[in-house]
Amino acid sequence: MSRRRLVLAAAALVVAAAPFLIDSFWLQQGLFAMAAAVGALGLTLLLGQAGQLSLGHSFFLAIGAYGYTFLAADAGPRAGGLALPPFLAALLAVLLAGLAGLVFSPIAARLRGIYLGIATLGLVFLGQHILANAPRLTGGDNGRSVPPLPGFGADAGSTQYLLNVEWGREQKLWYPLLAGTVLAYLIFRAITRSHLGRALRAVRDRELMAGIVGVPVTRFKAYAFLISSMYAGLGGVLLALVFRRVVPETFGIALSIEYLAMVVIGGLGIAGGAIAGAAFVACLPPVLERYSGLLPGLAAGPGDAGISAPVAGKFIYGAAVIAVLLLEPAGLAGLARRRPRRNAPSATEPIPTGTRK
Amino acid sequence: MLIQLSLGGLSLGAVYALLALGFVVVFRSSGVVNFAHPALLMIGAYVIARVSTGAGRPFALAVLAGVLAATAVALVVQRFLVRPMAGRSLIAISIMTLGVDTIGQTEIIRRIGVDGYLPIADPWGDRVFRAGDLVFPQSRLAALGAAALVIAAFLLWLRYSSWGVAMRAVADDPQTAALMGIRRTTVTALAWILAGMLAAVAGLFLITFPSPGLQPVSAAAALRAFPAAIIGGLDSIGGAIVGGLIVGIAESVAQGYAEDLAFLGHGFHSVIPYLVMLAVLLVRPAGLFGTKELHRV
Repeated sequence: MSRRRLVLAAAALVVAAAPFLIDSFWLQQGLFAMAAAVGALGLTLLLGQAGQLSLGHSFFLAIGAYGYTFLAADAGPRAGGLALPPFLAALLAVLLAGLAGLVFSPIAARLRGIYLGIATLGLVFLGQHILANAPRLTGGDNGRSVPPLPGFGADAGSTQYLLNVEWGREQKLWYPLLAGTVLAYLIFRAITRSHLGRALRAVRDRELMAGIVGVPVTRFKAYAFLISSMYAGLGGVLLALVFRRVVPETFGIALSIEYLAMVVIGGLGIAGGAIAGAAFVACLPPVLERYSGLLPGLAAGPGDAGISAPVAGKFIYGAAVIAVLLLEPAGLAGLARRRPRRNAPSATEPIPTGTRK
Repeated sequence: MLIQLSLGGLSLGAVYALLALGFVVVFRSSGVVNFAHPALLMIGAYVIARVSTGAGRPFALAVLAGVLAATAVALVVQRFLVRPMAGRSLIAISIMTLGVDTIGQTEIIRRIGVDGYLPIADPWGDRVFRAGDLVFPQSRLAALGAAALVIAAFLLWLRYSSWGVAMRAVADDPQTAALMGIRRTTVTALAWILAGMLAAVAGLFLITFPSPGLQPVSAAAALRAFPAAIIGGLDSIGGAIVGGLIVGIAESVAQGYAEDLAFLGHGFHSVIPYLVMLAVLLVRPAGLFGTKELHRV
């Protein structure tokens, strides 16, 4: 175990010192991964711990992203805003996502398994409809720019240096995002270790049995949905900050599926898995794009023959989801765990085993 | 106006019913929610459109090719991806089909282009049928007729053929059915074959007039079969048909009265299936005709 701790400590050190070590491209990838990881943690809590499938994650991500943007932005000619302090706006956006989760939870808590998955599909289309019809909120189909955090990128024009490193926007965003991700991780760990976490896993494995031993099933399922929607809210805020520009069509059904892919590829219900999966899915297209010249069959630029990087990314994560579920249900986390202890008992599947009839 | 809209809704609803049926058949046979259904539709419609635009090919050949293609893909998915996961969590298998859907749709959309569309050379074109004040596109009439025919044939097959009986037996009571010597894997394979066939036929009528052809947004239309199936109840054949018709008529009427409904926003007709679904789920968590799971604790 001490070797594992050593590796973790080294990794933490590298992450903490990253702005001084790696270039803007890889910092950007790190930012993508961290922003995606927060939303993925919320989904893995809902699906991996409580066993509830949701396809509506992009709806709550959209509330976080647009909530923050609208609350923090100055009102302009095309799009409105309340010009609140950015940190307050971020907090309110998370609460707003939670409120939306609360409104939907009477439906969410009553539905079983797969019904919830399809019902939450409705939320995504409802969200898309609202965004398409609220130009003051979204600034139209071409999107609007996201107000930066104070002192972390507001003065984008000037070049600043910190310890001889050019302190650009990636560097400025690094520590706020790291703080958000660490906070999200710590809360996740606290929840899964609390009695709420144990109760949710009981609901996941045997809902009926959980009810018999005294778990208030409906209420706890509603809690899981609420917490997951607030995670998505924070994830949405971070996503908006990293993208710097929010466009309504980003938050469609494809984004929900991307988040599902993240938590499945990483290994359901496990925090480290969600983070690894988020890094994989979020960074795949830009990394493929950067190295497209080296990879056969990929288009080197727009208009070239071959498969473009975003399309290749979709193929790869689609295939990864299938492969993981077929071959290694515990995901990347399972692979990592398998190596050191070969004789350990095989991990049980982190999603409910079919309790059909 | 209302009659014309209802007729249009009925025609659209019949197409949704075809899709919802394929979806429900797979769910009843194995409890798996097939999220790859939109991809099956896209593949079937793509092949139909591609073959039909070649010179000198009869349209029936194009339809046959499309149905065969979608069926073959469905069977491959069932045999090599779904079957090895037998005994695993149903949610895991359903998520796996999401991966299949992502790959299938990405490939078809890559072929037609994100902003492009693939025209189809169908025998109806944009001709209309007139009777008094009523003006109705022939393609919609054909959709209604063909869908009604396919659904009737399917219901008769399910009622009287021995495979139909086996399928109902597995849906009602899988254990007893197994004891009676019905092979569940064969029934499941059959369900996927049916799903592929129904998806291709539905795909054909989703891309004929007034649609310009197969577009990336055709998949969004295919997705509306999910609320249709949920409204009726995921494990109910009759429910799928009723749900499809409800969704089709609601969508068509909302589109027809779009001006009066302007306060609800532009494009409201495309969300109404989901709103109806959420309303139904609030009152009946298992849909209108779905089997309720009752536990008393």
